[in-house]
Amino acid sequence: MTETKNEPPPKILELHDVCMQFGGITALKGLSYIVPPGIIQAVIGPNGAGKTTLFHCITGIHQPTSGRVYFQGVEIGGKLPHQIAAAGISRTFQHVALFKSMSVLENIMVGRHCRTHSGFWATGLRFAGMRSEEKGIRTSALSHLEFVGLSDLAHQQAGTLPLGKQKMLEIARALATDPRLILLDEPAGGLNMRETEELGELIQRICHGGITVMLVEHDMNLVMDISDQVLVLHYGEFLAAGTPREIKNRQEVIEAYLGEQ
Amino acid sequence: MGKRNWGIFLGTLVIIAVFPWLVKPVKAISHYLDVMVFAGIFSLVSIGLSMLMGYAGQVSLAQAAFFGIGAYTSGILTSRLGFNPWAAMPVGILASMLVAWLLGIPALRLKGHYLAMATLGFGVIVTIILNEEVQWTGGPSGMGDIPSLSVAGVKVTSEMGYYYVVWSMVFLALLFCFHVLHSRVGRALRAIHEEEMAAEAMGVPTARFKIQVFVLGAAFAALAGSLYTHYVTFLNPASFNLMWSIRFLLMVMVGGMQSLWGALLGTVLMTFVGNEWLHVFAEFEILVYGAILLVVALLLPKGLVSLISLGGSPRKVRVPLTDGSS
Repeated sequence: MTETKNEPPPKILELHDVCMQFGGITALKGLSYIVPPGIIQAVIGPNGAGKTTLFHCITGIHQPTSGRVYFQGVEIGGKLPHQIAAAGISRTFQHVALFKSMSVLENIMVGRHCRTHSGFWATGLRFAGMRSEEKGIRTSALSHLEFVGLSDLAHQQAGTLPLGKQKMLEIARALATDPRLILLDEPAGGLNMRETEELGELIQRICHGGITVMLVEHDMNLVMDISDQVLVLHYGEFLAAGTPREIKNRQEVIEAYLGEQ
Repeated sequence: MGKRNWGIFLGTLVIIAVFPWLVKPVKAISHYLDVMVFAGIFSLVSIGLSMLMGYAGQVSLAQAAFFGIGAYTSGILTSRLGFNPWAAMPVGILASMLVAWLLGIPALRLKGHYLAMATLGFGVIVTIILNEEVQWTGGPSGMGDIPSLSVAGVKVTSEMGYYYVVWSMVFLALLFCFHVLHSRVGRALRAIHEEEMAAEAMGVPTARFKIQVFVLGAAFAALAGSLYTHYVTFLNPASFNLMWSIRFLLMVMVGGMQSLWGALLGTVLMTFVGNEWLHVFAEFEILVYGAILLVVALLLPKGLVSLISLGGSPRKVRVPLTDGSS
């Protein structure tokens, strides 16, 4: 897939006092946090904690009201989502956002967009470079399809897949952009137990391939099983962070989830 | 492009190639050749519009204005400044592309239907200019003395000759567009149409692609305008007003927005309807167009091609017997 760097930087993502306001609502209140490379970083918190907003701020879909976001040491605040994708951050969506009428393979091929170049002239007039590029896109897409185990569904229309497969396809599409950091927004939502287990294995394989994973998830078994670090948000603020084992026993986390005694 | 598309392409090519020889000998329908020249010219406009509407999901109400920019640039440069028609043609195309680009940058960076609004206003402005700049355009009374096209030093004056010139361009345009659609660019356009946010997050610069496809549509419309000019050799602002922009929309919608074949079919059909069969309604013609639009939107949202399944409907897919996970 992607080659691992010999000397990874000590922090792949750095959030510095990130605020996000929507009119009168403050979804993130000055969040600062550092994600080291090569780990599975879970982000948890009750509904409305700001988890998805955080992902939107990192991927440029929202521009933070204030604060800074650094990716591999470079500030990415103010960049457009496609520029951030090209920089090496990819993602999936809480509500699956596939290109439904396109085939499974074509969906993943769109993921190769930011690594390829042919424009209207080159494709319309079928320049030689464009043809070999198309071949490369196809080969790469097929390998990502194989990686998530959907090879035999390559030519099926994406919208006709069952939800579990759609979620896998969305991950494959995100991987096709060759990211250094991938953000998965509730990948286990709507999956059954066996599918969730397969998902957990897949996420670990992604991480072993050298890609840092950030994971928003409500399935606590999954989070506790596979994460290296857990960040807990509560009403848009930092509540706690640590290994799954540490987090599980923290009083403030239990209170946030279950309400104060 | 796929095998099926090649099949349709070659089939259509053959039909178009033999058409003149079938209608020419029959006195009652020999003027169909003339209608088909117009249908070919309008097809260039609607192919570009279909790329914009059907694949990038944007509506333009200025295609007649771009058609007019191509037409009048050719007309003025050849009749007033002595340009060769083939030299005037690219000037008109570039002018149209430049204008579309300037118009598209602000309108297409915004989400939503701002392009429809911007192009509506722009189309009106162009009509006003064509009517008021009398010393250049001849104003409402029109502009004549426009030379015909020459191919290899021979003037194309016959309907038959012009028919083949126009339809060659149509097939080249189709080929260009099919190649674009079956590539990274076409996938990006379809992705924008389906899930704009996801397309952007996968690295597709959505605003830039929307602007580019809008500029492409303007280029095709200007090419059509230039061909029109040297066929009719007389220009009148009424051929480039909002009514014509709506007709182009209708051609694409009747045939089927998400298929270039639909655009072609709709254009040929609507040209015959407009030139041949709607004269009886005189000034009530516009009501008939309204009715057609309504019927298509309500009963046949994917256009006529969805009836004969030329690609307007979702592609048939192989459904595996197992779910593939066991």
